[in-house]
Amino acid sequence: MTDKAVDNGVNVEALLSAREALSEAPAGAQFQWRATCKWVNGTHSRSTVEGFHGLGEEQKHKTKFTFDADHPEIFASEDKGATPVELVLAGLASCLTAGVASVAQLREIQLNSVSATLEGDMDIQGILGIDSDVRNGFEGIRVTYDIDADATHDEIEAVVAQSQKRSAVYDLITNPTNVTVKVT
Amino acid sequence: MRTTAVIIGAGHNGLAMSRCLAEHSIDHVVLERGEVANSWKTERWDSLRLLTPNWQSRLPGFAYEGGDPDGFMTMPEVIDFIERYADMISAPVEIGTTVSSVRRTDDGYEIDSTQGRWQCRTVVLAAGACNIADVPNLAQAIPSSITTLTPMQYRNAGQLEEGGVLVVGASATGTQLADEIHRSGRPVTLAVGEHVRMPRVYRGKDILWWMDAAGILDERYDEIDDIKRARKVPSPQLAGSPQCSTLDLNALTDIGVKLVGRLAGVNDGRAQFSGSLRNNCALADLKMNRLLNTIDEWATENGLDNEVSPSHRFETTAVEDSPPLGMNLLSGEIRTIIWATGFHPNYSWLDLPVLDRKGEVRHDGGVAESPGMYLMGMNFLRRRKSSFIHGAGDDARELSAHLASYVDGRTTSALRR
Repeated sequence: MTDKAVDNGVNVEALLSAREALSEAPAGAQFQWRATCKWVNGTHSRSTVEGFHGLGEEQKHKTKFTFDADHPEIFASEDKGATPVELVLAGLASCLTAGVASVAQLREIQLNSVSATLEGDMDIQGILGIDSDVRNGFEGIRVTYDIDADATHDEIEAVVAQSQKRSAVYDLITNPTNVTVKVT
Repeated sequence: MRTTAVIIGAGHNGLAMSRCLAEHSIDHVVLERGEVANSWKTERWDSLRLLTPNWQSRLPGFAYEGGDPDGFMTMPEVIDFIERYADMISAPVEIGTTVSSVRRTDDGYEIDSTQGRWQCRTVVLAAGACNIADVPNLAQAIPSSITTLTPMQYRNAGQLEEGGVLVVGASATGTQLADEIHRSGRPVTLAVGEHVRMPRVYRGKDILWWMDAAGILDERYDEIDDIKRARKVPSPQLAGSPQCSTLDLNALTDIGVKLVGRLAGVNDGRAQFSGSLRNNCALADLKMNRLLNTIDEWATENGLDNEVSPSHRFETTAVEDSPPLGMNLLSGEIRTIIWATGFHPNYSWLDLPVLDRKGEVRHDGGVAESPGMYLMGMNFLRRRKSSFIHGAGDDARELSAHLASYVDGRTTSALRR
């Protein structure tokens, strides 16, 4: 879409035409994301993602992806994987970073490097049931981006702000979601 | 009864169109459910002033001629302005005529009203963009001990119980009500989602003077990137006051209004606020600075830098480190909630398949898909200024020309320019 060689590896034309097509046919925009999880041992579990639903039919990743989760040894665990809350931070980082690349491409901004550092503060008196006034989850999350791009500081800030506005995981974390857990 | 064109609504839009149709010698009638300027008379709070300065109040063949061009009209002044316009142009207004149905016929439209049936070739929908206040679904979960109001029911702070008020929405309406209610001694919490920040005055000139002069208000619907998004942009945080003061979130924080994130849910009597307040404020600050950059560039290109005060930037919006994510609605702290969450038009009388899935009339710059049907007064209908009083003029001139050629049989499809 431009004669400048801005290339962040994002196919913006495909995204824009998908947006156009789905606004005409909103049923195709109904997606379902899935994961399965198997307990391994102790606090170690392994989650798998493969199939999902979207564009009106069943879809599949090219390969099955697995994620091990566990807790570190100071929790008397075997540390066979990231903690689940770290996976949440990773999910947020990946979602925002994908957004940064896409928005930058759309705005014809060449990215040279993008790195994000995430910190989530947690008072574990909550999860240990020591103090019921303390919530289980993060008290707050800080994301710090270090971005080298062919753009002004304000333009980079605007890309990062826009990526938050369009991010699914940012929305999941900042807004409540009904969660239903049942046992078959 | 038969006529060539029926205009529905005798506000500034319908009247501007009436004036333009008269210039094309097109026989028409303006049907008005109440009186001229009805919404301005019956659906606005007491202290409201126009957010556009007086000099900008102009309609085809008519303009403000008072002694305070930089002031902002009160509602009685707006009503007087529109009534004088209706008199001056001798608009053929049928007052007390509520439309109950608009149907397509072989050669035009059939309109039922409380004063009888009209047959016409063309119809202009000018009944306003803000007939019904939007209330989010989560309103159903608000505890019954709390009084809830829309801006259409609000007149002044005196009608509210003493005690705390949660104003939901921080656009032009929400910020103005938050300011007035907080100053009445009722502590206000303001739930802030996406919003548009603007200073009232920049470099010594009204912000709307700059936007007018630099051509920003004249930007056309068919010349901008994403018209769908542009039409959804919330109204700017602007108020018309004799002091010309800025009404941004910092101004509200300064008087003690408490800012929280967008109202995202109500659960077991607890309001849940989004953790996105900081980003929504950052987006608004960045967007405002882009507007100021555009203005600065225009000022330089046009040699104004020595005539106006120097370029500067405003403080970023102050957001506390950890804004509250929830609030107990059962504690009695909050007595009233006001839904300043937007408005939408009422098309319940439109018996035609012209609405999109969001309930809006499908149109190309005010030319509806249904031949001979036109729309006025919507956000960014043809230009950024379309929803402003002075925006009615250019839209009415162009759409009346289209209508006239349609009646003459010269066009059958949408004429874009």
